[in-house]
Amino acid sequence: MNALRRNVLKSAGMASVVAMAATAGLLKSGSALAAWNASAFDAKSVPDALKGMGAATPAESKDISIKAPDIAENGAVVPVEVTSSIAGTTGIAIFAEKNANPLIADFKMSNGAEGYVSTRIKMGQTAKIRAVVTAGGKTYTAAKEVKVTIGGCGG
Amino acid sequence: MAEPMKMRASMSGDVADVKVLMNHPMETGLRKDAKTGQLIPAHFINEVTATLNGKPILAAQWGGGISKNPYLGFKVKGAKAGDKVTVSWKDNKGESNTAEAAVS
Repeated sequence: MNALRRNVLKSAGMASVVAMAATAGLLKSGSALAAWNASAFDAKSVPDALKGMGAATPAESKDISIKAPDIAENGAVVPVEVTSSIAGTTGIAIFAEKNANPLIADFKMSNGAEGYVSTRIKMGQTAKIRAVVTAGGKTYTAAKEVKVTIGGCGG
Repeated sequence: MAEPMKMRASMSGDVADVKVLMNHPMETGLRKDAKTGQLIPAHFINEVTATLNGKPILAAQWGGGISKNPYLGFKVKGAKAGDKVTVSWKDNKGESNTAEAAVS
């Protein structure tokens, strides 16, 4: 009786170990898209972040529109909408120039996704929001100043 | 486990408009706890992917600069009503979540 109980416990333990290993493996294979670009996201300035992304000197473009408030009362939640009317847009990156880590997000589009993203970002202080668009192997950029009355990064 | 996401996909013209709300604290790792003065460890979504009927349409990498409980909106051309859009995220601690919606 007791021996049987031991056996059951033992096999249950083994099974759960195997199951855990399997889920760990699954998680790993699911994240194989592209490694998180730490050098770009940890960069302290926009040029460094651009270097980390492998896009050194983007050209100013009027075909990128950034919709964001002129004055943000709460820097913790600043709505930002970036629309690129450049044909063949495959990437949009968003920066807040004076944040401790300026690179906020890097989007890659494919299979019919339009050159448009909308999200909400944190801003430490009044600064320019910069969008860097990748289209046809070239990079373009545009910026919009947002005044922040209460910063969102200090807590 | 992560809280559920809210998601909606609707057609406007020939473009599907997808809106997603995720539940996440989005800690940058730079903020200090007001009581203890200790840095609050970073905990943020760093990878977001979206698919339309299983085909990848959007792959994003995020930093801690995205607001708490993130909102994401994007548009897909060539989608039809009834198509399935899925959005998944993964954070720096390995947590993840997925939501699926049919285009309406």
